[in-house]
Amino acid sequence: MQTQEKQVPIWFFIGTLLTVYGIIIAGAGAYGWMHPPEKKVALWGLHADLWWGILLCLFGLVYVIRFWPRPGEGLTGKIESPSAESGKG
Amino acid sequence: MQPTPFLAAGSSLLSLSPVDLVIIGLYFAIVIGIGFYLKKFAKTGDDFFMAGRKMTAWIAGLSFISANLSSLETMGWSAMAYQYGMLGAHAYLIGAIPAILFLAVVMMPFYYICKTHSVPGYLKLRYGEGPRSIAGVSFAILTVMVSGASMFAMAKILHLLLGWNMYASIWVSSITVAIYVTLGGLLSAVFNEVLQYFLIWAGALLIPILGLIHAGGWGKMMAAIQQNVKVIHPTVQNADFTSLWRNLGSFDSNPMGIDWFGMVFGLGLAVSFGYWCTDFLQVQRVIVAKDLRSAQNGTIIGAALKMLVPLIVTIPGLLGLAVLMNPDGSPMVLVPESDPRAGITHHTFNDVLPLLMGQYLGPGLLGLGVTAMIAGFMSGMAGNISAFATVWTYDVYKPLIRKSAPDAHYLSMGRLCSLIGIAISIGTAYLLFAFSNILEYLQVLVFLFIVPLFGAVILGMLWKGATPAGGFWGFLSAILVSIWMWAYVHSFPDGYRPPPKITLSAGAVITKENGPDGKLARLVVRSGKVELVNVPLSASTPIVSAPLTLPAKVKETAGETPVQVLAPEVVLFESKQTDRFGIEAVPVVLEPGVEVHAATVSARFAPSAFNPQHAKLIARSEKAKPMAVNMYSAWWSFVVCVSITFLVSLFTTRKPESELKDLVMGLTTLPDQGPCPWYRTPLFWAGVVAAALIAINIIFW
Repeated sequence: MQTQEKQVPIWFFIGTLLTVYGIIIAGAGAYGWMHPPEKKVALWGLHADLWWGILLCLFGLVYVIRFWPRPGEGLTGKIESPSAESGKG
Repeated sequence: MQPTPFLAAGSSLLSLSPVDLVIIGLYFAIVIGIGFYLKKFAKTGDDFFMAGRKMTAWIAGLSFISANLSSLETMGWSAMAYQYGMLGAHAYLIGAIPAILFLAVVMMPFYYICKTHSVPGYLKLRYGEGPRSIAGVSFAILTVMVSGASMFAMAKILHLLLGWNMYASIWVSSITVAIYVTLGGLLSAVFNEVLQYFLIWAGALLIPILGLIHAGGWGKMMAAIQQNVKVIHPTVQNADFTSLWRNLGSFDSNPMGIDWFGMVFGLGLAVSFGYWCTDFLQVQRVIVAKDLRSAQNGTIIGAALKMLVPLIVTIPGLLGLAVLMNPDGSPMVLVPESDPRAGITHHTFNDVLPLLMGQYLGPGLLGLGVTAMIAGFMSGMAGNISAFATVWTYDVYKPLIRKSAPDAHYLSMGRLCSLIGIAISIGTAYLLFAFSNILEYLQVLVFLFIVPLFGAVILGMLWKGATPAGGFWGFLSAILVSIWMWAYVHSFPDGYRPPPKITLSAGAVITKENGPDGKLARLVVRSGKVELVNVPLSASTPIVSAPLTLPAKVKETAGETPVQVLAPEVVLFESKQTDRFGIEAVPVVLEPGVEVHAATVSARFAPSAFNPQHAKLIARSEKAKPMAVNMYSAWWSFVVCVSITFLVSLFTTRKPESELKDLVMGLTTLPDQGPCPWYRTPLFWAGVVAAALIAINIIFW
């Protein structure tokens, strides 16, 4: 399962999805703040979508950067053999 | 008694915006993408069925806990918290953590060292072919049927919540799961479970945060609960809904009708250990770890994560009791699925989480919440399908049909089984359209099977004197006793009479007459059809010839029972507008010309009702609710399994010790895993998690 080629760790997929979701949700929140809807959810004034979207985006980015596909790292995000470890350099 | 007005439920609970649909679409795209990407890594049987046994502790732990965190689970246990208050959190505390730690520290070495592919595989090694065949065949059938039930439940919920077409939901989710499980096998299922775990937290954590802000904090939420349950749960209005243990001194002081013995030995020992230690779907997640220490630590990580789940499951259920209000400011009353008003005039317990989602989540966030729900269902299906493929190939096909074949053959069989499993699941889902009460039986079947399995496995692991005959008869007799107990509590020698009910047919024309106090005093049906169940009727003709008044209450042996009146879609005579409502204890007058269909229903066996007299024999109290009866049933099933296995083993031939090596405590040498600092040992972390468990129980005593 582990070779010298670049493998995409599961954590990278998760980070990417959360980052994209965070951008979309924060964007929707910002739009909603500028153009308030007629039917508002409870506690709308807290703008939870905006800050939750930003948090998701930051959380996702940490995973994207840390687990960016690189040689020697396996699908699980771990270096699995000494040769791979040296390959990671 | 004043008539009780109920909330009129809308046709779909949530409405999605284009942003929400984009979020859902992205999820489908990424899971299919992961499936295609992982195909090249599933080249051998071990890759496909056991994910190459390369998982790290974190992935194994997340997958272990995620496989249990399906949407049925999150919605179901939120509903439990709504129904039983804080006691619902026990499922994540004493009802899980001790068992998971036991699995990690005591049982995992045996599962791991014997290199079994499955729990039935362990039974074969320990006891022989008999128990393995029972376990393998039953497990294969049950997993795939549960997968179908999960599909059906998802389609039903998406239909109720969003108005989506049920058939389309089933096919889209099935095809997606088929693609990624068939391509990547267990690796794909595990990766999607890890992804699902993050999505569930991202989508659900805001609900308790916003809900607690809305309620004014923990203390105010608890005060509101004790106030509101008088209206929401009038039959247990004096019970304490806000504590974990303080209310378990007697059967009367808690909403579940259970005592501490049932909670500790029924839930904490029998149900919990049965589920967490022997349900193959769960165990498979951690036995695929890269080494024994990772398998153990992964399981302990799972235990720690499990203790966090009440934040997104129990608290929303409690919030439902505190912050869900009708437009007039009265507490919203939700009812069980079995209630005749369910889905017509009332939302059900299971709707508590979606109702809160609709209350707090706007565009984007709602899409994420729904995605988390879909992800939960799909990964539940994928988990069952991958477990089915493994158990069928290794515990049924290989030993019984084709004993020796190249690895590639079994790999192909695994892929084929995944597709067959999906096909059977779809068939089961379609079957449920016609017989939806099968769902209830299915869940019971799983329950009846798991506890006896644990009894057989644990005795086999801890006692070398357990014989193959003992294991077989203990396992089988406990299953039979479990089935008998289930049938017994649902049987009524004197006949079970469902509560009296009047249903007005669609299009019936009515007038609501209010009394001097402004409240509804009488309902007049001017035309249309009326169905009566267990309501005494003086006239015998199907068409009413003179005004006929139906009683507001019916005298029965246990006292007076209010008559329910359900009107799913009626027309108001004065305004010609359509209305829907449910009321009880209101006289109904039928005008001449109204068509009446009256029936007296009495059944000796009713799966939806509990006979209190029979329940008392099992669960020691007539006040025992279904959950309490289940917990005590599990306890007796465990006692029967252990007793019969022990007794039969005393008089039958043991396996030689040489054949029990690496299978039984005392005959198994743990492999040297190399040096490990104390702070990384499984025992240390198990101790930390156990200490946290004790602290939580004391804080919320």
